[in-house]
Amino acid sequence: MEYREQSLFFEGELTKHTVPALNNEFFQYKDRAIVSLDLHMITKIDSAGIAFVDEMLSQLDEEPNNFLFMNDVVKTAYNTFSSIEIKPTKIKVREDYFTRLGTAFIIFLQSVKDGISLIADISYWSFVGIFSKKGQRKGSVIQQALFIGVDALGIIALLSMILGLILALQSAAQLRQFGANIFVADLMAVSMVTEMGPILTAIILAGRSGSSIASEIATMKVTEEIDALKMMAINPIRYIVVPKFHAITICIPLLVTASTLIGIFGGLIIAVTYLELSATVFINRVFEVLTFRDAIIGLGKSYFFAWVIVIIGSYYGFNVKGGAEGVGKVTTQAVVASIFWVIILDAINSLIFYFNI
Amino acid sequence: MKKPIISVKDLVAKYGDETILDGVSVDIYPQEVTVILGGSGCGKTTLIKNILKLYHPHSGSVKIFDEEVTLMDEQEFDDILSRIGMLFQNGALLNSLSIFDNVAIPLEQHTKLPKEIIEKMIKVKLDLVNLGHAVNMVPSELSGGMKKRAALARAIALDPDILICDEPSAGLDPITSANLDELILKLKNLLNMSIVIVTHELASIHRIADRIIFLDNGKLLFSGTLEDAKQTDIVEVKSFFEVGTF
Repeated sequence: MEYREQSLFFEGELTKHTVPALNNEFFQYKDRAIVSLDLHMITKIDSAGIAFVDEMLSQLDEEPNNFLFMNDVVKTAYNTFSSIEIKPTKIKVREDYFTRLGTAFIIFLQSVKDGISLIADISYWSFVGIFSKKGQRKGSVIQQALFIGVDALGIIALLSMILGLILALQSAAQLRQFGANIFVADLMAVSMVTEMGPILTAIILAGRSGSSIASEIATMKVTEEIDALKMMAINPIRYIVVPKFHAITICIPLLVTASTLIGIFGGLIIAVTYLELSATVFINRVFEVLTFRDAIIGLGKSYFFAWVIVIIGSYYGFNVKGGAEGVGKVTTQAVVASIFWVIILDAINSLIFYFNI
Repeated sequence: MKKPIISVKDLVAKYGDETILDGVSVDIYPQEVTVILGGSGCGKTTLIKNILKLYHPHSGSVKIFDEEVTLMDEQEFDDILSRIGMLFQNGALLNSLSIFDNVAIPLEQHTKLPKEIIEKMIKVKLDLVNLGHAVNMVPSELSGGMKKRAALARAIALDPDILICDEPSAGLDPITSANLDELILKLKNLLNMSIVIVTHELASIHRIADRIIFLDNGKLLFSGTLEDAKQTDIVEVKSFFEVGTF
């Protein structure tokens, strides 16, 4: 690049390899009077070179063609790659704080509205679905029950056993110091039945089934399968969500019962091996301590956990935006939101039933 | 003059603030193949999806079988939809089900036909699209063209009055594409189907089109018979028929 007689002269290549250095050089001449750019001696130019020329012209603040001298090679490339004629894209102006706050609030209200509408839809069609299987695939409830219930039993059993062992072991170390070994049965029974059994099952289901529901529905939405169902006059909620809702409603009490019993069994192992209690004494104590109310509360809240998992999975699935990335995003969001709401519901349940609020 | 089977008046469709269709009015006539043309992003698929209420129109009127559908509730519209078959651009087969089960969906959900009859109907429909051998395959085992043909078999499972195809020949080899056109003509003639097709394939248009709807930047540029389209002075339409592609 050379500056003489108020013109910038270029020679050689003006490509993506040479532009960075030339761009720095151009800054040195920027403050001088430049009336034209001479590109006659350019031997090779690419789109980066043309973009550089456009950028220089935009800084000259003059009509570009009057001040641009080019050979045929450059002219052809310029006519193809120049951005001068392209209409400027509307750049989204960053909104002020209150506008963004208001927009976020409107979006929040809309999502609440959508959520309520989805809850109403799922509840209605799940109730109708008990009496009429229209709009559902034959055998879909059993298929879902196998996936949600039977396939999850192994991992739930394993984690419940480990949790039971840990709970019993940690409390046993404390109780032993006070000679209160027998109370390990109280602790295991009450905590597993009212809290650990339902919540552990719900968290595993949120991770396993919640993610699967959200990703299945989201993928179906992205690949237009949901639209295809609508086009066949089939309600997607009846066809996809209701079987899952029924299946989880059937499976959750069984899974929670299994988790609770296995957790207590883990406690029994510690009681017998570490605290030297007899199995009969432990079991008798468990039945002595437990009330029917505890069992009902434990099982009752697990239904709400299960329904929340299906509803949240469906909500995020139906509201997917974009392609594969969107599916991954809503799946993560569904799992996080499911676990969050399971814990919130658990807290509300505790406040209602144990503090009588 | 025949009465239109689908009549769209002053349809406006928007995505957010962006207007995709700007006051489009078109009529689609029974037992004809109507081809919707236009450059990419001109609103062809949006027009179809608005007619079928997959998107909600911003304003305007859509009549199907002489009934206003924009204000219809879901139940009423389901009755209309059960008389329409749709072939999506990517097939939109349910990936978890076999090809047989995919084609079975509309038959199982909307008829009380015995299982044996349904099986026969599915076999005939799959045979029509040359997929008789693929009944037990799942969509992931099929090529793009096969998926499209399977989706077509599902779309015509109930012998609908209207068949809507979104780019049926895109990505297909010329022979498969010509066979598909032949099948579409067969369906029109045998079952008196009204067919709406979005396509860019000039050869296909010449083979099957009775009527042309041409959209440009969300506006209706031309609507008329294929012969009229070939002779029109509208530059965009003329250049399409001269160049044959966008």
